[in-house]
Amino acid sequence: MALVGANGSGKSTLLRCLNALAAPTSGRVLLDLPGGDGRLDPARSPSRARSLVGFVFTDPDAQVVMPTPAEDVALSLRRLRLPRAERDARVHTALAHVGLAERADVPVHDLSSGQRQLLAIAAVLATGPGLLVLDEPTTLLDRRNTRLVRATVEQVQVPVVLATHDLDLAASCERVLVVDHGRVVADGLPEPTLATYRDLMDAP
Amino acid sequence: MRPGTKLAVVAVAALVVVGARTTGPLGALALVPGGVVLLAALAGHTRVGTPAAVMAGMLRRLALPLLVLAAYQTLSRGPVQGLEVLLDLSGLVLLAGLVTVTTPMDRMLDTMAAAVTPLRRVPGLRAHLHPDRVALTFALALRSVDVLWDVALQARDAARARGRGRDVRALVTPTVIRAVAHARATGDALAARGLVD
Repeated sequence: MALVGANGSGKSTLLRCLNALAAPTSGRVLLDLPGGDGRLDPARSPSRARSLVGFVFTDPDAQVVMPTPAEDVALSLRRLRLPRAERDARVHTALAHVGLAERADVPVHDLSSGQRQLLAIAAVLATGPGLLVLDEPTTLLDRRNTRLVRATVEQVQVPVVLATHDLDLAASCERVLVVDHGRVVADGLPEPTLATYRDLMDAP
Repeated sequence: MRPGTKLAVVAVAALVVVGARTTGPLGALALVPGGVVLLAALAGHTRVGTPAAVMAGMLRRLALPLLVLAAYQTLSRGPVQGLEVLLDLSGLVLLAGLVTVTTPMDRMLDTMAAAVTPLRRVPGLRAHLHPDRVALTFALALRSVDVLWDVALQARDAARARGRGRDVRALVTPTVIRAVAHARATGDALAARGLVD
């Protein structure tokens, strides 16, 4: 599912409500995910929500905090208290999934922007979330790296919710929401909903 | 060598070089410990194959405060004390750098968490002390040196592009603002990963 809307429309805030990084000012957010215990309110159970919802931000440099890709993915797995062999195996699998297995031990500084964003995605996917949320994951990337990230996201086996200004990426989703001034003003299939969005953006 | 042993070596080296003062009874002989630490660090880096550019980078990031301190000591106490500051701090920075380049970060985190865990027996600390978070803070502190350096370089380039390359405020203000913004974004990302609240 894609969220589109103008800058400041509330897309990021809506996404942040999904893992309790933000709280709704009215109403409730309810998550019903595989691996969850029925409907979960992130505002009431933020730790549980964050264990189920993987969140990828726009800027990979704020997300990658360890010196190498392998160490950064391993950091995500520390709270699971896995045996070292299993942890190393999951790190390798996560990096291989995003095409970074060969670069597991290179300094993060040596990765391109797209590779760092793929690393951020790998670090999130390694924990096995029930939902993957991405907040404008390709805004800072060039066309080639955007294609890499998009191809990776399309292969993810869990539900994906992403905010984006990339209308091609939005068009590839099954459902699109248009957010404007903190409200969802359109919700439906990509083609008609994106047409509504374009009309909204082109209005004087 | 285990990470805990490496950290203990750095701690002991720091105590020795700080304890030996040229203003004390040893006089100029107190330069020897700092010199030994510096040479040992250089030898260690050479042995493990640390590129010269990486070693230079370790010192370059701290060059300004290092030189300011050395200049202050030279002017206020004399050239021997200025040299003492340079030797001591350069040696310790390179020695600490040797630990980080030879120790995988997850092993370092395990060691830091294990070192802090006994403190949970102190009354009142158990509920507030989280060893994994203390260890993560240590890792973030190490990373922050490179991050702040990059932010400062970008602020300098932006100031120069605006013709204000010599304006200290044009350099410091955006550096501080961007550093705080980066810290907040990193906090959000760590919270999203379930590593902090």
